[in-house]
Amino acid sequence: MQFMLLFSRQGKLRLQKWYVPLSDKEKKKITRELVQTVLARKPKMCSFLEWRDLKIVYKRYASLYFCCAIEDQDNELITLEIIHRYVELLDKYFGSVCELDIIFNFEKAYFILDEFLLGGEVQETSKKNVLKAIEQADLLQEPWMHSVLRE
Amino acid sequence: MSDIVEKTLTALPGLFLQNQPGGGPAAAKASFSSRLGSLVRGITALTSKHEEEKLIQQELSSLKATVSAPTTTLKMMKECMVRLIYCEMLGYDASFGYIHAIKLAQQGNLLEKRVGYLAVSLFLHESHELLLLLVNTVVKDLQSTNLVEVCMALTVVSQIFPREMIPAVLPLIEDKLQHSKEIIRRKAVLALYKFHLIAPNQVQHIHIKFRKALCDRDVGVMAASLHIYLRMIKENSSGYKDLTGSFVTILKQVVGGKLPVDFNYHILLQVLQKYILLLYLTMILTISAIFIFLSLAILFECVHTVYSIYPKSELLEKAAKCIGKFVLSPKINLKYLGLKALTYVIQQDPTLALQHQMTIIECLDHPDPIIKRETLELLYRITNAQNVTVIVQKMLEYLHQSKEEYVIVNLVGKIADVLVLNTVDTYAPDNAWFIQTMNAVFSVGGDVMHPDIPNNFLRLLAEGFDDETEDQQLRLYAVQSYLTLLDMENVIYPQRFLQVMSWVLGEYSYLLDKETPAEVIAKLYRLLMNDSVSSETKTWLIAAVTKLTPQAHSSDTVERLIHEFTISLDTCMRQHAFELKHLHENVELMKSLLPVDRSCEDLAVDASLSFLDGFVAEGLSQGAAPYKPHHQRQEEKLSQEKVLNFEPYGLSFSSSGFTGRQSPAGISLGSDISGNSAETGLKETNSLKLEGIKKLWGKEGYLPKKESKTGDESGALPIPQESIMENVDQAITKKDQSQVLTQSKEEKEKQLLASSLFVGLGSESTVNLLGKADTVSHKFRRKSKVKEAKSGETTSTHNMTCSSFSSLSNVAYEDDYYLNTLHDRGDKELKTFSLNSELLDSESLTELPLVEKFSNCSLSTPSLFADNSMEIFHPPKSTAASVAKESSLASSFLEETTEYIHSNAMEICNNETISVSSYKIWKDDCLLMVWSVTNKSGLELKSANLEIFPAENFKVTEQPGCCLPVTEAESTRSFQYSVQIEKPFTEEILSGFISYHMMDTHSAQLEFSVNLSLLDFIRPLKISSEDFGKLWLSFANDVKQNVKMSESQAALPSALKTLQQKLRLHIIEIIGNEGLLACQLLPSIPCLLHCRVYADVLALWFRSSCSTLPDYLLYQCQKVMEGS
Repeated sequence: MQFMLLFSRQGKLRLQKWYVPLSDKEKKKITRELVQTVLARKPKMCSFLEWRDLKIVYKRYASLYFCCAIEDQDNELITLEIIHRYVELLDKYFGSVCELDIIFNFEKAYFILDEFLLGGEVQETSKKNVLKAIEQADLLQEPWMHSVLRE
Repeated sequence: MSDIVEKTLTALPGLFLQNQPGGGPAAAKASFSSRLGSLVRGITALTSKHEEEKLIQQELSSLKATVSAPTTTLKMMKECMVRLIYCEMLGYDASFGYIHAIKLAQQGNLLEKRVGYLAVSLFLHESHELLLLLVNTVVKDLQSTNLVEVCMALTVVSQIFPREMIPAVLPLIEDKLQHSKEIIRRKAVLALYKFHLIAPNQVQHIHIKFRKALCDRDVGVMAASLHIYLRMIKENSSGYKDLTGSFVTILKQVVGGKLPVDFNYHILLQVLQKYILLLYLTMILTISAIFIFLSLAILFECVHTVYSIYPKSELLEKAAKCIGKFVLSPKINLKYLGLKALTYVIQQDPTLALQHQMTIIECLDHPDPIIKRETLELLYRITNAQNVTVIVQKMLEYLHQSKEEYVIVNLVGKIADVLVLNTVDTYAPDNAWFIQTMNAVFSVGGDVMHPDIPNNFLRLLAEGFDDETEDQQLRLYAVQSYLTLLDMENVIYPQRFLQVMSWVLGEYSYLLDKETPAEVIAKLYRLLMNDSVSSETKTWLIAAVTKLTPQAHSSDTVERLIHEFTISLDTCMRQHAFELKHLHENVELMKSLLPVDRSCEDLAVDASLSFLDGFVAEGLSQGAAPYKPHHQRQEEKLSQEKVLNFEPYGLSFSSSGFTGRQSPAGISLGSDISGNSAETGLKETNSLKLEGIKKLWGKEGYLPKKESKTGDESGALPIPQESIMENVDQAITKKDQSQVLTQSKEEKEKQLLASSLFVGLGSESTVNLLGKADTVSHKFRRKSKVKEAKSGETTSTHNMTCSSFSSLSNVAYEDDYYLNTLHDRGDKELKTFSLNSELLDSESLTELPLVEKFSNCSLSTPSLFADNSMEIFHPPKSTAASVAKESSLASSFLEETTEYIHSNAMEICNNETISVSSYKIWKDDCLLMVWSVTNKSGLELKSANLEIFPAENFKVTEQPGCCLPVTEAESTRSFQYSVQIEKPFTEEILSGFISYHMMDTHSAQLEFSVNLSLLDFIRPLKISSEDFGKLWLSFANDVKQNVKMSESQAALPSALKTLQQKLRLHIIEIIGNEGLLACQLLPSIPCLLHCRVYADVLALWFRSSCSTLPDYLLYQCQKVMEGS
């Protein structure tokens, strides 16, 4: 996977994760163009786009668009499933997630994403394991946990 | 929906906080969230972009103050980081905070560290310089006893890590592969995967550990290691064959439901694509009845796999069924993938498209442009002469609707590919349609299309097809249609289109009989005066006017044009106008200069400008300074301190008549090229100008006029326009008719469209043939391995004979032994040849690049066997005999040729009866290609014949006296051909076929091809320094270039040695930091090289009598110098 973008129906970026090194200027250009293209598509149209030399897979959940760019040999359906699984993870973590959860706790959303995907590849397919890892790290704010976790 | 929620939330700001899991002190949370929260809310409350910018700038400056204040605690810093990330996400620069993010990761407690790492991974990229500051922190955290710290460090390493710092953490991460926690192992594997991507060499030594990871007891770790294997197998598919068993076991477990790694099916499948086992595929194909993405994704990969492996009918059947499921699915995403799958397989199996033709037709009119595009892609693959009109029309329709540049470029390319690029066999059914379609392509594609398209189109027009009258009609139609287009008011055409038009009008307006050239000129003039036309296009236009002027009777417009543009501010235009002006004054000269319809003829350009010799001599005699080319002037400037020290061969300067000859080849075209530089060297414009030069002066001096042959051909051409229009695009008329008809007929229309789209796709069609041919080659693939093995053995036998190691020819054919010996042999061969060269002690030998060439040839053999574990190799006993025979034959043959250096024999093609191998003998006067044909069957071969396809750049002649009329069973015969080069090139393919008759009179053919490089034709030229000086001055074509030397060859002698060994240049003399070398291109084109070293730069200066040779040699030199 090359990058993942989350943006609202109004075109506001909510989360961005780049797995390929690009300059800020390029990132902005890509984001702008993609947001426009995806928002212009009608709901009944298919979730895949051929855009430049990449394949774009996007899906809308409520007011939020999840958008991934993959390479030519990658599988579109798998990517859709990845998106879906990420949404499920967010949902489990926040408890019926909405856009606002992601806006106000975007760093949490990043943490979850980092546990799920690493360097653009799926790291852990089991939802349970991902959430376990996140919760473990979250618990660290309790000082007494430090000693427990030390081996 | 979100709007409403957002409003409620602004009303109750604290509400959502209660949702948060993880607990924690509420007060700290609130203060943190409220800061970010108030920022977010502040932004959403704003209405304009401008206000937002102001607010963020405010926020950023306050953040800047906070982060740099010494009193800021780490906890506050953490909050600041979060807000900084947010600002940066909105597109504002927060670079002042980067260093603080690194600091936070370094100093904070776990929670703060986590945010710090996150900020770093979001802010920085791989090559950011600040990243170096992070390395220490990462190393420290990797050594930590706290699991979470290690996890965080591993996470950041697998996201961004500077390549050059990998060694610092690599041992630590390697250790983590044995960690007791699976999450650490998994992350370590992924970190190594990342390293493998950015610096594969650094992780080479741990490949063995990856194998361990593959067999890890934890599923996640195993899955992570699959990423690495997928990548490595893609790079080198034969290296990991032994792992197939493990992959299959994993797959079995997955299929059997023992492993929950649903996701990694697809990776596994891709991995297995290389060496798939059919059985498991069948299993997977049958399981996926449930309609979830995942199983469908897997299904899709399976189908893909089935078609990319060795075809097996029952699997194909199943795959076809699956594709059907996809295509017919009401879900749009699946339909898309179905179309995609169809596109993959359509060339192998066109009948599948026939099955789904109605669905395809529906998709053509689908509201989603992506589906449409995919359908067009599909149709593009099945285009043939019968359905081209309909398909191209559909493509054009789509083209008119789309606005995205990328799409336009892509689609225009495809149409052009169907019509023009594919010059051998254009699918266009008739002239009118062809021109009109191209007009549409040019107007839509405009200036974004690939520049090859107009070039190829013009070439097609100029070169024409076989039928001359047909060509003339095509040209005439083009001229007519362009004139009509130009008559239209207020239409702006793309520049490229105008250029095409102006060239065609300039060349072929003479075909018209209604309109006179003067009228055409008037039209061109109008365009010239148009401001929207670019200056590049104007040069095309004025070139067209120049071509038309001699044909015109009245010249008012031309004079007006000259008047207008001789005072133009554009120097290029002014130059053209002056040229036109002077030519216009001498109409006879102009006519001979610009003959009609000669655009295709080759021109010989006198690059040395010898016709100016007199002029130069006169100038010199009057005391003018001799001309120095640009680089020479520059060089003199460089070595100004020793101005007096002229070139080493400066002495002979006086002996030659004039120095004018020194001018480099390009100079005669100089004015042209610089003038038209914007035109990206389009062949046509240049040729127009060259025409002028050629007709005036040739090598013999002034050329006699050539008769122009106007009129002869233009007589029979006029065609009533109406009749042409009738042919135009049947589909349009069809559509018009059907509009009148009722709804029920719509179905029929679709079927009609279908039948017009899918004509020629039946089982008897050409497409099918193509598919079949493919299968055949597939079938041979497996077998060929055995053959290759066998030929490898003959190869080595050859070698053995020449060094009388014949004892090895009766090697016991056992697998293991074979493998080992082959490796040994590889080494031995090298030894053998160096031995050979010593024995023979011929001068030509020592100068040639021995070791290199041979190691290339011979080392490929062992690698073949390295992965041979799957196939057990038992050649029949008779082969052994044949090998023996063959070797004796080969040795007798080699006796006569060993005095020359030659390459190892390489097998180039084979089938079950014969195998052909070839080698090159670099003789002094030519390249000798030897093809030896081994009859492997037990039958006698009658009349085997070898034929070489004619190639543009070579002359191939058969050497007599080495052919036997009949090839007995299990014996070898050789064909020798001497190859002469006609035109320099870098690399070319020589191909041909061998045809033979078996005893039972069935005949067969086998094609092969061999790569020839320029170096095969380069021989050292042994001359003295004196001769060098003389030759140097007599050559007009020179090329100069500075090449950077690698450290290993920084000294001149070693650099020259490299050139001598690899390029077969002869070193004449080395004087101080300069060297003289010479070589010749067979048969006898000399090329001289002068080298000079400055620091680590080698200045190469080539001269030759051939204009292109220096360039090619320079390229080879660069390759050698950079490569070593």
